[in-house]
Amino acid sequence: MAQARIDPKIRRQVLTIQVLTPVVLIILWEFIARSGLLYEGVVPTTLEVVRAFWSEISSPALYHHYGITLMELFGGFIVATITGVVVGIALGSRPFASRVADPFLSSLATTPKIIFLPVVMLMFGIGPESKVALGALAGFFPIALSTMAGTLGVRPVLVNVGKVLNLSRWQMLTKIYLPSLVGPIIRGMRLGLGVTVIAILLGEIKLSNAGLGFLAIEYYNSFHIANMYSILIIIFLTALIINAAMSYISQRFDRS
Amino acid sequence: MSMTPAEHRSKAFLAFIWSPTTAALLVLLLLGLALEGLLASGLADRSIVAAPSEMLQSLGRLFARDELGISFLITLAQALSATLMAMLIGLPFGYALFRYELLGRAYRGWLAAMFAAPLVLLYPLFLVVIGRNYGTTITMGVMTGMIPIALYTCEALHKVSPTLLKVGAAFNLTVKQRFRLIQVPAAVPDTFTGIRLGLIYALVNIIGIEFLIDFGGLGRVVSTMFFRYDIPGMYAAIFFIILISLLFLTILKRVERWLRPV
Repeated sequence: MAQARIDPKIRRQVLTIQVLTPVVLIILWEFIARSGLLYEGVVPTTLEVVRAFWSEISSPALYHHYGITLMELFGGFIVATITGVVVGIALGSRPFASRVADPFLSSLATTPKIIFLPVVMLMFGIGPESKVALGALAGFFPIALSTMAGTLGVRPVLVNVGKVLNLSRWQMLTKIYLPSLVGPIIRGMRLGLGVTVIAILLGEIKLSNAGLGFLAIEYYNSFHIANMYSILIIIFLTALIINAAMSYISQRFDRS
Repeated sequence: MSMTPAEHRSKAFLAFIWSPTTAALLVLLLLGLALEGLLASGLADRSIVAAPSEMLQSLGRLFARDELGISFLITLAQALSATLMAMLIGLPFGYALFRYELLGRAYRGWLAAMFAAPLVLLYPLFLVVIGRNYGTTITMGVMTGMIPIALYTCEALHKVSPTLLKVGAAFNLTVKQRFRLIQVPAAVPDTFTGIRLGLIYALVNIIGIEFLIDFGGLGRVVSTMFFRYDIPGMYAAIFFIILISLLFLTILKRVERWLRPV
């Protein structure tokens, strides 16, 4: 369906607001940084942040930490996706089981996952393994809940056709359930990836010896505030790119 | 054929026995017993996992000696004040996004992107500017809670049925009267969804930051127990937070259902 065309004048005005907003925010930041309202160094000038950003992206140490965070992220996300999809389909294809599991899944889904960090640390230590486990735990719930809801919503006529044709469990999964679940799984993965990123970085911030979160909190502890801001910028840019990639995948494959 | 009261009672009892709630409790009980068995047989390590019986005993100890009740009230007070402030900002902002087309077009997409962004990772920034105090935890709660409130308020006002507005116009209602008598009541259910999400986001982030900076209420208790290496106490605190999450979720969903009579 064609979208309603926007008046070019309105489009220009919207663009002006969107350009002016960050400009105003930067001016405000610069004013606070130079005003002396806060302790010196707490809010560095934008120039200092840009310099720190440049020094960070020129440093090989950043890429070492970046690599560790990305490895933890993909490890955690892959585990979350596989377990989330399997559990989601297993529960969703049995309505009674899904109603039994729903209170557990819903309450655990809304619990801050970072509080499980001590548990995964006791199991896996303070290295990347515990961050992978925490990321997997965080990502599991949105993926499992979305897949479960999707499985419950599979048209009964399709399931009945499968039964009439005497399809095996594997055939039911691959021919009936999975093709109907592309949308819910991708939506769950998109939500899951977001919370996996957060859990891994928070885990690194709390107790770790490598990764972007560790680097940010190290700069905070040594009062290299401009460097800390530049790491936060790198983290947000990464999150932005990951979100854009998931949006693209979602638009490309989710036809529901 | 009509059933006798005794048959009614036995049918209701059977329905309760086979209900998902009973099955869920049974599953929980079985998992607890299995864990006790694994720990007793030495197949699971007590330095990693606490026995459910020890955990429940520790829960009483946490209330008596480690002020778990007060910690809960501290976290609750922070979450409620953060949500209140988020509402004070989010509701008018959501209305402005609806009322002024330019603002809506310029900022709605940004807000949606911020909703998906890991805003909680900005806490070191507030730690630097505000310090290690309730100001930081509440500010993080406000920031994360405000976005769904503004977005859902705007959506709710957009979704008000045009028929209702035409009825208002037919009754010669002024713009203010239409807003007060039609748009606000019609937008309440969807706006509440935003407030529910805002409160949950605020609570989750506040507990998370408390844990990270060892300060405040429930999150601090988990962190303290971990650093004391009090394993049953740590599991008891985590279990209590899960119970609180479940309680919040149940209450808020009931209120939402009550506001949205079908």
